Amino acid sequence: MKSDMMRVFLIAVALLTSTTAIAAEEEVHAPNQDWSFEGPFGVFDRASLQRGYQVYREVCAACHSMDYMYFRMLGQEGGPFHDEDYPNPNDNPVIKALSAEFQIEDGPDDLGDMFMRPGQTSDRFPAPYPNDNAARAANGGAHPPDLSVIVKARGGGADYLDALLTGYKDAPEGEEPPRAGLYYNEYFAGHWIAMPPQLTEGRVTYEDGTEATPEQMAEDVTTFLAWASEPHMETRKRMGFGVIIFLIILSGLTFLAYKEVWRDVEH
Amino acid sequence: MSEPSRRDFIYIAAGAAAAAGGALTLWPFIDQMNPAADTLALASTEVDLSQVTEGQQITVMWRGKPVFVRHRTPAEIEEARSVDVSGLRDPATDQERLVPLSGGEYQPQFLIMVGICTHLGCVPLGNRSGDYDGWFCPCHGSHYDTAGRIRKGPAPKNLEVPGYEYLSDTVVKIG
Amino acid sequence: MSGPSTYEPKTGIEKWLDSRLPIVRFSQDTMINFPTPKNLNYWYTFGGILSLILVVQIVTGIVLAMHYVAHVDYAFESVQRIRRDVPWGWMIQYIHANGASMFFLAVYLHMFRGLYYGSYKAPREILWILGVVIFLLMMATAFMGYVLPWGQMSYWGAVVITNLFGALPIIGETITTWLWGGFSVDNPTLNRFFSLHYLLPFAIAGVVALHVWALHVPGNNNPTGVSVKSGKDTVPFHPYYTVKDGFALLLFFILFAVFVFYMPDILGHADNYIPADPLVTPSHIVPEWYFLPFYAILRAIPDKLMGVLAMFASIGVLFILPWLDTSRVRSMRYRPVMRWFFLIFVGACLLLGYCGGQNPEGWVLHASRLATVYYFAYFLLILPIVGLIETPKPRPASIADSIHGDRGKPRSDTAATPAPAE
Ligand code: HEM
Ligand code: FES
Repeated sequence: MKSDMMRVFLIAVALLTSTTAIAAEEEVHAPNQDWSFEGPFGVFDRASLQRGYQVYREVCAACHSMDYMYFRMLGQEGGPFHDEDYPNPNDNPVIKALSAEFQIEDGPDDLGDMFMRPGQTSDRFPAPYPNDNAARAANGGAHPPDLSVIVKARGGGADYLDALLTGYKDAPEGEEPPRAGLYYNEYFAGHWIAMPPQLTEGRVTYEDGTEATPEQMAEDVTTFLAWASEPHMETRKRMGFGVIIFLIILSGLTFLAYKEVWRDVEH
Repeated sequence: MSEPSRRDFIYIAAGAAAAAGGALTLWPFIDQMNPAADTLALASTEVDLSQVTEGQQITVMWRGKPVFVRHRTPAEIEEARSVDVSGLRDPATDQERLVPLSGGEYQPQFLIMVGICTHLGCVPLGNRSGDYDGWFCPCHGSHYDTAGRIRKGPAPKNLEVPGYEYLSDTVVKIG
Repeated sequence: MSGPSTYEPKTGIEKWLDSRLPIVRFSQDTMINFPTPKNLNYWYTFGGILSLILVVQIVTGIVLAMHYVAHVDYAFESVQRIRRDVPWGWMIQYIHANGASMFFLAVYLHMFRGLYYGSYKAPREILWILGVVIFLLMMATAFMGYVLPWGQMSYWGAVVITNLFGALPIIGETITTWLWGGFSVDNPTLNRFFSLHYLLPFAIAGVVALHVWALHVPGNNNPTGVSVKSGKDTVPFHPYYTVKDGFALLLFFILFAVFVFYMPDILGHADNYIPADPLVTPSHIVPEWYFLPFYAILRAIPDKLMGVLAMFASIGVLFILPWLDTSRVRSMRYRPVMRWFFLIFVGACLLLGYCGGQNPEGWVLHASRLATVYYFAYFLLILPIVGLIETPKPRPASIADSIHGDRGKPRSDTAATPAPAE
């Protein structure tokens, strides 16, 4: 009798989980990949993060901004260029050098003029276009989205991104682009995307000697963008493990206390 | 009931674990008010000294506070050096209030200080003001000399010298 | 139930304080000695759990407000800054975002519990109504909170929901303009939503206090629905229920932690990671999961005004529920017919939740219409009619009796005597 509500509850759980499963279904299904950062203990593959930054820098950054990323983040705990010796990423010489590769507009100076200076660790990743309209004008009317949180901003996450980057195909017989300057891509919603295929064989030259195949570059840049979407992911999982173990122990103790308290009461 | 010690043990263990968990949980909620990573990243400022001519003072922002950069005249330096340090409220020689170049020599003409009165935080007036030709704080009347040392009034300390280094003869990095 | 106070001040200071501000007496009577039925099951722990989530939401919310910027140009970025730069910001933000879902999960279980055990019936009508008021305030709070990060779903959710009021004849447009503080959802809207989102949880806390007060006059209902007859039926709240509620709370927090630390985005929507763009509507606008049943009712009805009215009525009907149920018996344990209708009702609510997340076409539309009809029929037809014609099962004479016998089944000697009216 008591189990009535329990039964209702179980049915509810079953229904709800199936609901979310169906709701999560995407029109185009990117193949499920194994990512270093997946699962409760997954961490980012550090070398892949560094290569991914290179791909973003040399390929994607020509059109896509990352407005919520600052150079210093590259050197913080869990970041691609983190170095134990420099707990403060602003002191990390690698990060300083990376930032100094760019000329950043600053100012106004005492005369009211803007001026250019080398980048500092505290600077934002510079954007390729001064504003959205310029970005649109330069890309046939399509606005290349900001990539700071792109892995969280797309239903399929990392799988989708990876599939999209390598998903260019010849359009099937009879499918015509709605306008000129579009490319056929299996995984893009509506299939016609304004971004031309980017990751061609050897598009970048990896410093660590890894062969720059399109698949490799897609994997690396996706890993980098997944990290950028949530730079504290590793801390989150680590903390969560401790918190949950603690809660399990405490609820075990509380259950024992509960049994003791109620021992002499019929209920 | 039969084993009160077991019972007590469970209560104490559960209570202690709950209390410890509660205390640990507090920390993130306190720590979140500390400066965030972006604020910390802005903790240094570079100043080009060549733009400050003799007898002139500029004020730059560092960590949201004014920093005075004064190009002192020989007379001001002389005034600062002729003081008997032992009689001061917060004794310091003029040289102690400067930072050397990387080679070890000093540029006594450039005095760099946080422009905040050590009494209660007002910004003192410059341009050889006050009884000692340095800075004067109008809030409660503190007088600082040409080395920024407290000479008269309620302030307890000399104007603070921030951590800074010379990147070259003419460029300093504060913080 | 809230019989004479059992507090006896011992020391001089206690007596001095008690004759001026009897706060110790009050706490003793309401939180320590309060006589509580012995037979409350785990469905009765959600009230305590809800109180704690409210505290969690208020504390994390105050922290977020220290870093959040309520301006259309900075809101999205300030949330990213909280996630990336503020010490522990990522954790506090995830707790607050998932806490809203946990809140609704707990409140729905709490409400279904009340429906099943007849906790809305005399003498607990006011208690129930205050609960519905809390529920409404929670919905308003959650809706406005979801707008604050100023992502695509925030923005378009705000557009769609505020436009509901536009369905009202004559005054509709005036009201939406007034809500927006302009001619579209924009900066003034965001600012007032922030102000109200900060305010309402404290209003909820106030109504919770009334809710608990109203609970403490008749005392708790219990799974048998049989009123407390004597001291044999009850135990003091502390330590018996503090420890039981505490245990349930910890289990609930484990679930909460799994969401916060291992799937913080699963209850949200990817589109809300795209900054709000008033020129582009996402292809599929859905509210948060806890609003889906009501969204389904809204869309089940082809007429805009009628849809809006039906949606409000689906909550409004809860206010008059205590007078719709005609049965003398509280707990559905002893209502063999009504119990099935209740189970179907739970199913209908879940079905509505499912339909709310789908495009209202084809079978989904039919299903949501059917479930909407059942939803209203449950309150307006089934509860009044079944209560009159159903023959309830024999009830135990007292809570203590129900425990001695085979759970819920009265002992043979009490079965012979008809249970006294409750
Ligand atoms: C912020 C949200 C809420 C809080 C913090 C809250 C808190 C509580 C607490 C502490 C109790 C006593 C313990 C228990 O029986 O579980 C209680 C009982 C109750 N609540 Fe709520 N409540 C909330 C929302 C609601 C809502 C939305 C409803 C219904 C529409 C509701 C209906 C009831 C009823 C009927 C009882 C008495 C149950 C019984 O004695 O059988 N509550 N609530
Ligand atoms: S603050 Fe300068 S004298 Fe008081």
